[in-house]
Amino acid sequence: MKRLTTLLASTAVAAAALSGTAAAQNDMIIGLITKTDTNPFFVKMKEGAAEKAEEMGVELRTFAGKYDGDNEAQVEAIESLIAAGAAGILITPSDPAGLADTVKAARDAGLLVIALDTPFDPIDAADATFATDNFKAGELIGQWAAATLEDPENAKIATLDLSEAQVTVDVLRNQGFLQGFGIDVKDVNRMYDEDDPRIVGGDVTQGSPDGGRTAMENLLQLDSGINLIHTINEPAAAGAYEALKAFGLEEQVTIVSVDGGCPGVQDVKGGVIGATSMQFPLKMASMGVEAIVEYAKNGTRPETTEGLDFFNTGVTLVTDSPVEGIESITSDEALEQCWG
Amino acid sequence: MSVDTSVEPILSGRGLTKRYGRVTAMDACDFDLYPGEILAVIGDNGAGKSTLIKALSGAVRPDEGEIRLDGKPMSYANPLEAREHGIETVYQTLALSPALSIVDNMFLGREIRAEGFAGKYLRKLDKAAMRRFAREKLSELGLMTIQNIDQAVETLSGGQRQGVAVARACAFGSKVVILDEPTAALGVKESRRVLDLILDVKKRGLPIVLISHNMPHVFEVADRIHVHRLGKRKAVVDPKKHTMSDAVAMMTGAMEAPPEERTDN
Amino acid sequence: MSDANSDDYEKAIHSGGDVASFEERHRAPLERLHNFLHSYPTAAPLMVLAASLVVFGAIADNFFTPFNFSLIIQQVTVIGVLGIAQTLIILTAGIDLSVAAIMVLSSVVMGRLGVTMGLPTGLAILAGFAVGTACGALNGFLVTRFKLPPFIVTLGTWSVFFALNLWYSDAQTVRSQDIDATAPLLKFFGERVGIMGAQFTYGSFLMLGLFGVFWYVLNWTAWGRAVYAIGDDKEAAELAGIRTDRILLSVYAVGGFVCAVAAWIAIGRLGSISPQSFYEGNLDAITAVVIGGTSLFGGRGAIFGTLIGAITVGVFRSGLKLAGVEVLWQEFTVGVLIIVAVAMDQWIRKVSS
Repeated sequence: MKRLTTLLASTAVAAAALSGTAAAQNDMIIGLITKTDTNPFFVKMKEGAAEKAEEMGVELRTFAGKYDGDNEAQVEAIESLIAAGAAGILITPSDPAGLADTVKAARDAGLLVIALDTPFDPIDAADATFATDNFKAGELIGQWAAATLEDPENAKIATLDLSEAQVTVDVLRNQGFLQGFGIDVKDVNRMYDEDDPRIVGGDVTQGSPDGGRTAMENLLQLDSGINLIHTINEPAAAGAYEALKAFGLEEQVTIVSVDGGCPGVQDVKGGVIGATSMQFPLKMASMGVEAIVEYAKNGTRPETTEGLDFFNTGVTLVTDSPVEGIESITSDEALEQCWG
Repeated sequence: MSVDTSVEPILSGRGLTKRYGRVTAMDACDFDLYPGEILAVIGDNGAGKSTLIKALSGAVRPDEGEIRLDGKPMSYANPLEAREHGIETVYQTLALSPALSIVDNMFLGREIRAEGFAGKYLRKLDKAAMRRFAREKLSELGLMTIQNIDQAVETLSGGQRQGVAVARACAFGSKVVILDEPTAALGVKESRRVLDLILDVKKRGLPIVLISHNMPHVFEVADRIHVHRLGKRKAVVDPKKHTMSDAVAMMTGAMEAPPEERTDN
Repeated sequence: MSDANSDDYEKAIHSGGDVASFEERHRAPLERLHNFLHSYPTAAPLMVLAASLVVFGAIADNFFTPFNFSLIIQQVTVIGVLGIAQTLIILTAGIDLSVAAIMVLSSVVMGRLGVTMGLPTGLAILAGFAVGTACGALNGFLVTRFKLPPFIVTLGTWSVFFALNLWYSDAQTVRSQDIDATAPLLKFFGERVGIMGAQFTYGSFLMLGLFGVFWYVLNWTAWGRAVYAIGDDKEAAELAGIRTDRILLSVYAVGGFVCAVAAWIAIGRLGSISPQSFYEGNLDAITAVVIGGTSLFGGRGAIFGTLIGAITVGVFRSGLKLAGVEVLWQEFTVGVLIIVAVAMDQWIRKVSS
């Protein structure tokens, strides 16, 4: 009931705004919908969007799911933004396929929808996608590892992934890493279908330190000779490192990761993580705000990066042991750009 | 009448009144229980029996009136206080914890703690003493057919459970035991057993208040019968002088008690 | 059932014999098993654990080693301790969905005060304990004072505590290296000792110790008996003279305190303090309790069942991994275990009806 009242009220406000003469720019509303508002990655995104919105004099409304995968909350957020007459929506979809219908309704209502970080399924369900090239992020750390390990031909690799659900981001990072390292990944849309003997196994971590630790312990029980570990993100890497320390194996193992959060970059500096691929959530969101304002002013739609079906917001390798042929920055440089 | 009513009653009530909104559940009701007797309380549904019993056992606080125990005015805030003064009630539901053992149930809420350091600082229970005491009480009441007092109450039959509840009340009730419908849920054989138990308790000198709908049971064990109607005591009758149908008639208002037994004026 | 019983009762009275042994002579094997499981709530979980050990020992390499067992113990330590808190509450016929949130909040308090603000570590730990106890007491207060169902109360406080924890921590992880530098005592329970190829953490010992303590408390103190009585039949307990609300409040508060102890252990295990760890810890704890044979309806179960339950989950995860089974089947198997455990409980409880 309360929701209905709010909806009606905001519809009335929106109608009033639309019927008013010459909508001033500071009446423009932009929505930002993240998966959660707890993950530092999304916190940073919000920060970037808020700064840019303030600078451009538009109103930013933010929404978030209660947990990763909270589709309901995102549907409601889109509906209320449509009702509020927003100019556009920036969204990190929790359920990239499930949200397609609601997004279509928003686009039909004239809103520009930009997916941030996570592409829709299909990707053209949104007007544009601003994201990290997660495959590239994986590939970078894979290439770095291949160049760093003394004997990559006899490496023993474990992957600490996100979940058993084969989530897009998870698959892209995992497959990118393996391909970058020089492994035949078979179906690039599936993890765990490789038969390269160098792979000891994979386990899931939910991207958290407790998951990382337990998964690492179980994999080490499978083969204590593991010497290269791919982790879905840096918290999982930190958990894995604790397990390695407990086994007394931290010296023999190289850990690579993806994200570029500040604690993760600190861990690169502290030698816990060998290399990590940094992404730029702040940039994603701030560019997103710009794109919507641009579109509202003169109808210009954002373009995609050449060769990709989304706009690549870039990814940078962070390591303190740079290798030839792979561009990278040091952890000290990275600390100035990190998030979280 | 075998009960000596010239002595002071052990438990008495005068002018007990309890109102729930506009309903008067208890209307200046009197009550007397004499030492060593079994007093049955009978009354139609809605007559206010249970309010009276709750007032006596401390579960309800009367708005007006006075309850005396051993001649001293009493006011209990809750059943616990009534218990501390020696009034034990066996509720119709028995208030037993089915999954706990017989001995645990007997001591629920008043466990014996071990002596010395373990009891004082670690709050350790003296299980041996509790078992000993429970066994003693059960055999006093002829209930030692239950040999394994560590067995869960839920493995007992209805009659055995009633026995445990009565034994608990007798073990701790130093002044009065109130039994609420003790035979209502039981079969013929088990009722027989419980009635014997009630007589056993009486033999040991404890006065009993017995609330029951079952006239044959009431007439078999009661020394006096308190007839409750419209929120007050209408009469106290001698079961030897009246038939069961008289009692039922008085209870429903179809008949008045003889003047010497009437108490409502 | 009641007919048979009343007969037995009469016969028993007249024969003057032992009721229990008298009844057993007539029992069919299945009924006898039923009775046995009813009297010993940890028997069924123990059998499941034993069977799983045999199966995994046969099919998984590297499984039957002291080291692997000690590793499993380490892996279940945090959930095991949360399981203690959960067991206490479930025994009262309640449930606490907020145990993991209380734990994470307490660990964040310890980390913020001890590492970020640089207070003496002992003080930070005490503050963490205080916060955990207060959170538990709040649950208990809402349950007893406002007569709200524990499920709803703790569903609410789960979110509340989680939000407070993100607010207080700024969603920031306290890193391992920073803890080492300023407050190494926080990691005390992550220290390891090796015994004959096995490797135990102090946290594992503390967990076993806590199980012992709560076994004693539940079985040898009036408070423990009251916990069972309340879960069994709250009204009966009240009438029998137990101050049920007071005991319930204390159960939730003690549960909160145990969660705070789990927080200290968790810091040792993870090395870092992450506000986003153990998001599913509450469910894992409930899983351990249920697989351990404690009835969700309250009043029935044993604390050591929870330890067995937690270890069983650990054994399944480790065994399936070592046997090379894909991850999603671990989830599947644990799910099946839960359903089997609850079905068993229903069956076992039927003895009383």
